[in-house]
Amino acid sequence: MKSTAPVPAYTLNHPRWYRKRVSTYWWLQRWEYLRFVLREISSVFIAYFVVLMLFEVYFLARGPQAYADFQDLLKNPLIIALNFVSFFFVVFHSITWFNLSARAMTVRVAGKRVPGFLISGSNFAAWVVISTVIVWFLMRG
Amino acid sequence: MSDTIHLEVSRYSPETDAAPHFQTFEVPFRKDWVVLDALNYIKDKQDGSLTYRWSCRMGICGSCGMLVNGEPKLTCATFLADYAPAPVRVEPLRNFPVVRDLVIAMNDFMRKLTRMKPWLIRKEEKPLSEGEYLQTPEQVDMYKQFSMCINCMLCYAACPVYGLDPLFAGPAAIALAQRYNLDSRDEGSKDRFPVLSQHDAIWGCTFVGECTRVCPKHVDPASAIQQYKLTAAMDWVKSVLMPWGGK
Repeated sequence: MKSTAPVPAYTLNHPRWYRKRVSTYWWLQRWEYLRFVLREISSVFIAYFVVLMLFEVYFLARGPQAYADFQDLLKNPLIIALNFVSFFFVVFHSITWFNLSARAMTVRVAGKRVPGFLISGSNFAAWVVISTVIVWFLMRG
Repeated sequence: MSDTIHLEVSRYSPETDAAPHFQTFEVPFRKDWVVLDALNYIKDKQDGSLTYRWSCRMGICGSCGMLVNGEPKLTCATFLADYAPAPVRVEPLRNFPVVRDLVIAMNDFMRKLTRMKPWLIRKEEKPLSEGEYLQTPEQVDMYKQFSMCINCMLCYAACPVYGLDPLFAGPAAIALAQRYNLDSRDEGSKDRFPVLSQHDAIWGCTFVGECTRVCPKHVDPASAIQQYKLTAAMDWVKSVLMPWGGK
């Protein structure tokens, strides 16, 4: 039952603080918050790509016919659309986390802190090199 | 350009109001005025009941943190000219209970800060006759950035984790714990570990990074927290691999 007693009067020892509830949609109120939420959601798509890759390996091990059937399944427009969206999130995930890597790691060389852009930069460089090797491997024919 | 500017100031009187409301004031626009100058003008000339905290006017005391157009700012370092001619909206810091007008209750932050033991802990104090604890510039450099914190609580107002989970220790308290952990004179990192390694402390942080963006002293609390996560994780790995190893 709701109390019908009057709200006690304000006194120095009985202050009435105003507390604002955080909106359920707090993450829509600022671009920085939305970007953070998108970055967190991107891990779902990373997980999806990992599972997809495991399936590829699984069907590859079961022989050419099983692999070809799986490839046909992947040609479904819905899966292509999902992969397209996932690719966007995977790129977003990589860029945002590489940018943050400098903040999570402090590398000191000869007592001096290595500047952040070198740490993020080396991540990006490794990404480009590995991607180039994979593209080269695939395009080799 | 107009010679006045409008300030929309959040007002809340616990005696009479159920919720805050905005009151608009017209103040002279001067390009060398910060938001705090405008608030002082209002208090002196227009409405003496306007309540807010301030002290040093030079970004050292950390008292005058408020939301300016929704962004956590030190009002002593936020120029009206950056917002003119549009009205400037001044509100109390987000995520804290409002005591009156622009004054927030900081009890929660103070309690959390104390739990971090932000002071030099020594197992044994050196006798005075042996002189002071000396440090090399490199040793100072290890913690100097985190020691710039002025406890202004802008990072708490920017942190959505703190807004959603009031138990979260928060950016500044963790950065200050790390400031002492990294100090070569300090021997208290093991005392701080149980407080820091909890879910409500470092593991509550999801690395939104807003604390660092709004920090007026470039302390980078987000970095302090991630670094400590690495330390805590390494500590755990060591305890698994070498359970016999002395802690």
